[in-house]
Parts: sequence; C-alpha cells; structure tokens
Amino acid sequence: MSKKLFLSGNEAIAFGAKLSRPHVIAAYPITPQTVVVEKLAEMVSSGSLNAHYLHVESEHSALSAMMGASAIGARTFTATSSQGLVYMAECLHYASGGRFPIVMMNANRSLALPWSIYGDQRDSLSLLDSGWIQVYAEDAQESLDLVIQAYRIAEDIRVLTPVMINLDGFALTHTYEPVIIPDQEEVDAFLPPYANPNIMDLQHPRNLGFSSTPKDNMEFKYQQHAAVLCAKDVISDVDAAYGKRFGRRYGGLVSNYRTEDAECVLVTLGSVAGTVRAVVDEMRKEGKAAGLCRLRYMRPFPEAEIAALSATNRAIGVLEKDISFGYEGAVYTNVNSALLKAGHASPVLNFIGGLGGRSITREDIRSIFEDLLAAERQRAIDPVRFVNLGVAAHGR
Amino acid sequence: MIKPKIQRYKQPRTISEYPVGPSFQAGHLVFTNSNYRTFKPIIDITLCVGCLACYATCPDGALFRRGKKVSIDYDFCKGCGICASECKAKAIAMKKEEPGRNE
Amino acid sequence: MGDEYSIKIRDLTDDEYFFGHKACGGCGGSLAVRLSLKVLGPRTFAVLPAGCMSAVGFIFPQMAFAINAMISTFPGTASMLSGIAAGAKALGLRDYAVVGFAGDGGTADIGLQALSGAIDRNDRIIYICYDNEAYMNTGIQKSSLTPLGARTTTTPAGSKGTGSRTTKKNMFEIVAAHGIPYAATASVGFIPDLLRKVNKAKQTAGTSYIHVFAPCPTGWEYEPSASLQISRLAVASGLWYLAEYENDGFSLNHDPGEFIPLRDYLSAQGRFKHLGEEEIRIIERNRDEKWKKIRRDWKHEERTL
Ligand SMILES: Cc1ncc(C[n+]2csc(CCOP(=O)(O)OP(=O)(O)O)c2C)c(N)n1
Ligand code: SF4
Ligand code: SF4
Ligand code: SF4
Ligand SMILES: [Mg+2]
Repeated sequence: MSKKLFLSGNEAIAFGAKLSRPHVIAAYPITPQTVVVEKLAEMVSSGSLNAHYLHVESEHSALSAMMGASAIGARTFTATSSQGLVYMAECLHYASGGRFPIVMMNANRSLALPWSIYGDQRDSLSLLDSGWIQVYAEDAQESLDLVIQAYRIAEDIRVLTPVMINLDGFALTHTYEPVIIPDQEEVDAFLPPYANPNIMDLQHPRNLGFSSTPKDNMEFKYQQHAAVLCAKDVISDVDAAYGKRFGRRYGGLVSNYRTEDAECVLVTLGSVAGTVRAVVDEMRKEGKAAGLCRLRYMRPFPEAEIAALSATNRAIGVLEKDISFGYEGAVYTNVNSALLKAGHASPVLNFIGGLGGRSITREDIRSIFEDLLAAERQRAIDPVRFVNLGVAAHGR
Repeated sequence: MIKPKIQRYKQPRTISEYPVGPSFQAGHLVFTNSNYRTFKPIIDITLCVGCLACYATCPDGALFRRGKKVSIDYDFCKGCGICASECKAKAIAMKKEEPGRNE
Repeated sequence: MGDEYSIKIRDLTDDEYFFGHKACGGCGGSLAVRLSLKVLGPRTFAVLPAGCMSAVGFIFPQMAFAINAMISTFPGTASMLSGIAAGAKALGLRDYAVVGFAGDGGTADIGLQALSGAIDRNDRIIYICYDNEAYMNTGIQKSSLTPLGARTTTTPAGSKGTGSRTTKKNMFEIVAAHGIPYAATASVGFIPDLLRKVNKAKQTAGTSYIHVFAPCPTGWEYEPSASLQISRLAVASGLWYLAEYENDGFSLNHDPGEFIPLRDYLSAQGRFKHLGEEEIRIIERNRDEKWKKIRRDWKHEERTL
C-alpha cells in the first residue's frame, strides 16, 4: 500500500531514489542538496536500502564512480548542486557521451562569485549542452515521481542518456508538503532491472569510452542527438504509463495551465510555476486572459509544444532564474527560437528574476503579466527585463 | 588462447551499424603494426636456449612461445630491438628492413 | 629469494591482453601494462585515464585490450575504479580484479585527489602508475614526477634553462602515508619483481598501489632497444629503488651497494645531456640523502631480482 508522508523536496528525492533500488550511490555534500545524501546514507546504514554508498572526495569523483558502476551494469544515483555541478562538468559530458544512464538530482543554486547558497538556475542551465536530459520539478511529489520515471527514461535502450532532475534550491528542496510514497512492489513492476547490452561483461568483454578519429566521431555525436530527440516519445510514454499505474500524470515535456484562450502566456520552469498559476487564476477573475506554460524538460526541448503556444496577438513571456551575461536568458533563447520558427509575430519578452535567491513575488508575476498585456501595443521594446532588481537599472 | 585478433571490419554505412556509444568488442583489431619497423629481429633458432627473456620483455607481445623456443609475429613486431638486446644467448639479430616494403 | 607470490616467466599465460596497441616501439609503459595483465588474468576490469596507454589502446575500431577495459577522464582513474569495484560487489560478481593504469601526471598531479579518496575508503582496487616522468601523450611536458634537471618541452634547457627545477614528488611514500594495505615500487627492468608485486596486489583485500618505472624512448631520447637497460641503470645508480610498504612498514627489496656513476645513467638519455657537473652534484646529494634515510629506516630483505 502506498502511504502519505510530510516531506521536503530533498527527502522526496531520497525516497524516489530508494524506491528505484540503486546499486551504488556516491555523493559529495553541498547546500542545499545535503539532506538527500544524509537521508540516503541513513537508509543504507539502517538496511532499508540495500545499496553500496561511496563516500567520495569530490563531485568529479562522484560522477566518475557512477560511470564505472554503470559501466559494469549497476544502477546508480548521485546528487549535487551549483559549484559541485560545475566541478563535475567534465564528467557530465563524459557520462552522456559514454551513454551511461545515470540519474542525478541537482539542487538549483546560484554560482559564485559572489558566493550564495540560495537558489537560481544558472548552474544547470549553463550545462544545457552537456548532453543530459534535463527536467525541472515543481513540487516534492513530482520530484519523487521523477526519480522513478528518470530511470525508466534513461535506461530505455533507445535513449541511454543520463537524466538530471532539477529542484529549486530551498524553495523546493527545503519546503515540506504531503507526498504519496508509492508501494515498492508497484515501483518494481513499473521499473524493470537495469539491462544494457553495451556494458562490460566477463563473458563478452568490451572496450568502453574509446577514442575515435574524425572519420567516425561525428556519427557518435549524431547518435547522442538522435537519442535525446527520441527521448521525447519515451518521456511521454513513461508519463502515461506512470499515470496509469500511480494515478499521477504531469503532461510530458510541458505542463500547460489555461493557455488555450490566453491573451498572454508566461513560460517558466521550476517551483515558481505554483505562484504563477495562482496569479493566472487571480487575473482570470479580473477578466484578464493569462496562461502558464511550465517547461518540465529543457532537454529534450519541447519545440512542438512551444510552437503550439504561438497565436495571433498573443504576447509570450519567459521567466527564468538565469542569464547569459551580455545577452539574454538561455531558456528565452530556446523558447524564442521555437516561436520564431513557428512564425510567431507577437512580442516575446524575457524576464530575468530570482538570481542569487532574490524572491519572485505574486506582485512581480502580476506585473510581468501586465507587461505582456501591454507589450502588444508597444514598439521597439527591450525584450530582456530584470524582475525586482531593487535599484534602477543604469541606462534602461 | 585469448588475444586481440585481426577481424574483418566493414565500415558502417548507416548510423544503426555503429555501436551504441563508445562501446565495442574487446580485442578487435583492424590494423597490423609492421609498418613501424625499420629494423627486423631475426632469431637464430640454433642459438636460442629458450630462456624466454625476449618473450617477457617485448612491449608488444609480438614474441610467442613455440615448443621450447620462441617465434615472432611480424605483423605486430615494431622492430624496437629490446628482444635482441635482452637475449643473453645473442640469438636475435636486428636486420635492416628493405625500403619500400610497405608500399 | 622467492615467496608465495613469485611467478616464473615460464608460468605466465600465453594469453595477450594488451596487444596490437599503437605505442612507440620500445615503450616501457606498454610493457608494464602487458605484463601486469598477464598476472591479473582475463577476469579483469581495467581503467586507463587519458594518457599514452589509453591513447594507443583504443582507437575505434582498433581495440587492443582483450579484457574489459575503459578510458576514464584524466583525473578520474581511481574514482572510476571505485565505482566498478562497488558495482561488481553490489551485483554479486566473484573472482575478478579491478586495475587502473595511469601515467605519472594522471597519478601524482591531476588524479592524486581521487586516488587519495580511494585509498581512504580502502576500496579493493589495484592502482598501477606507469611512470615515464612527464606528460608524454601531450608532447613531453613536465609533471610533478619529472626528475630534477630533466629537459621537457615546458622545462627547456638552454642558455638559462637547466631542465626541471623540481625533484620527483615522493608518490610511494605519499601513498604509504595513507596506511594503504600494500604499496610497492617496481621497474620494467626487473620483471620477476614486477610480476610478484602485481600478484601480491591482486591478493590484497583492500587498495594496492604499484609505482612502475617505465622508460619512454621518445620522451627521454634514447634508442628504443635500451628501455630495460636504462631501467636497470636507474636502480644501479640509486635514482630509482625497489621497495614495498605493508602494515609493518617499509622494506627495501634491493640495495645496489656502491652506486654506479650517475653519468652512466644520465648521459644515456638526451633529456639530461645539458647537465653540468654542478647540477649532477646536486642530484647526487639528493640521492645520497634519500638513501641514508632508506638504509637507516627501512627493513632490508634482499631479493633475487
Ligand atoms: C582534464 C584534462 N586536462 C588535460 C588533459 C590533456 N592530457 C591528456 S593526456 C595528458 C598527459 C598524460 O600524462 P601522464 O599521465 O604522465 O601519461 P603519459 O601520457 O605520460 O603516458 C594530458 C595533459 C586531459 N585529457 N584532461
Ligand atoms: S632471449 Fe634469446 S635465448 Fe632466450 S628465448 Fe629469446 S631468443 Fe631464445
Ligand atoms: S623487436 Fe621489439 S617488438 Fe619486435 S619482437 Fe623484438 S621486442 Fe618485440
Ligand atoms: S611517448 Fe613514450 S610513453 Fe608514450 S607511447 Fe611513446 S614510448 Fe610509450
Ligand atoms: Mg607520463
């Protein structure tokens, strides 16, 4: 029987990992991820989780060890955040190129300098091109469900690509809510054991992680591209199968809210979506047709779903806790490109907020929607706007 | 005996003919190394006492045991001359390769 | 003097597990890998970080390892080994070896942290450093195991330059200071000793470390046929030593007694050609200080090598 517990996002991740029965766990502590590794260590030492826990001396080693374990046929789990994620950057590319179906949780946190332990999404978004599937959770329940789904997606023979599950630091990792813990037998029935024909095997030895000359190298990269594209279908199948078995469906690559007849839509990702949804309801009551598109996956990118948002006279905004300094946010770049390809002619604005843990309030979101509603009537507008900057932006 | 071997290899024509990611059959060889050689070790089997010093010291494993003595796999000998200098019985001589033999 | 770990060359398997590789002729590192794998056998999982041995061993579709083998990131040899060992244990595998072959740079520089972590956990892995005393794969740059005076492309010898200004980092004792169950130094010039040490490592329940002196004709500038002679000269001149560390401390396997003149070793290699008398005296002084300590503090059990 499933049960309900009051859990933080971090704890929900630990429960999701436990239910997925990883053979090997390696992790290195960093705020705000620490609870995940502590909880898992506790589960292993109490015997409720039968896994090998490696106390590694760095994040680079955590992911390196995961690759070794995965290469021999073990299911692996790790978790990190911020400085730790970028410290493992070499291994991120290595793991996707090696086609190791590792599942990793990342607590989205700001990157130094200046130091900050608080949340933003610059860590994972700066590694969007590392070849990993990237998914952003909204709440603790989704976090737990995503871990179980992530293994099924990553280990699918058509995909064989690692998955990074992102949770907003503190806003989600440390917020408690009731979470349904699925039954272990149900999870076992949903998630088959890890089987991969490409791994090392004593009967049929293999040479892994080889080098390849320009003659063949691009073909391996193309395979990775095709695999991540193929993950789109796998993700939606897994979402449907999960829904059927556990009663919770999330909508695949995106989760839309009141977008059909919307005059303006705000595209965002992560836990701030909850606040946006509440503001959409408020605005609807006032007769203002606002809508929300929550990006769940950034890779594979929901290109078709974004294109489908395009409508005549519909302004679209992108709210993200990220900026590519000197240009715009990475999410915006992706969304805007999909919209332009779809022939979208109305304004697409970029709202940069939440950097270094700056709060994004209901009022902020309301003013974003007001900006979007007004945008249609303005010309020559600067599409990149900072939310809640605190001081006047020089020259703007 | 386990040992990497030259195998017939067909250059993949479609993506699906490639291995999935960088994972391939162990010990799968396509090329020999004989083109490394400018000198060629020649064993005078009448002088060989079968001590195996050459076999143990060849970085390429190109010397193999044959009966009580040894023989050289010229496909994989690089002509480094270690075997000749380690052979106490002076049974191995290094002879210059004929030029152009690999053309 | 043999012991239960000794292996006769005659008893080595005919199997070749590292064969058809693209190393330069006479490469000491590839000999170390070839012989070690013969001791470890077919049920071995090998990890090789970026460096010469991985670069020459796996160029698709030419796969020179007959066993399960994998290239790791440059810093990640030990941690990848730990992952394999943990995975193998979790999956219930039996009777296998997990071994890494990393260069001096991959060991003493960029991979030192991960190696330290693995020894701390006492994971059951064998870590073999083939020491060719520079970053060879990238074109002979100085590492922290490049000896004093050696010319590399980043420690040139010219009107001002005198080659490497630093001495070799003492990896063997750094590893031993962790309290590792088994560590040893070895050399491709002393094959029975190397085989015995690999065999001992294979039977060690926790982490083991072997530091193998592995000359590189390309980077050291000598005739490829001389790799083993050079290795023996290094030991005879006291610039390399054969020793072991176990829980009861250090033991020296061979004392050359009176050293041969350093010139005999140094002038056999292009990388030391520029050294003058003064520089050689400094190398000599360092050597003598080291040996004073070795002879004073370590057990000495002379072995036939
Ligand atoms: C993180 C990282 N930095 C640098 C390199 C470049 N690199 C590849 S091999 C190598 C030299 C390896 O030297 P060593 O470990 O001594 O092995 P050798 O090539 O001498 O056998 C370097 C610097 C790399 N692959 N990865
Ligand atoms: S080293 Fe010389 S004597 Fe010994 S086996 Fe080889 S060829 Fe024969
Ligand atoms: S010349 Fe070198 S490669 Fe050839 S057999 Fe002798 S030792 Fe081996
Ligand atoms: S450069 Fe040196 S270490 Fe590298 S393959 Fe050649 S001989 Fe061996
Ligand atoms: Mg080196």
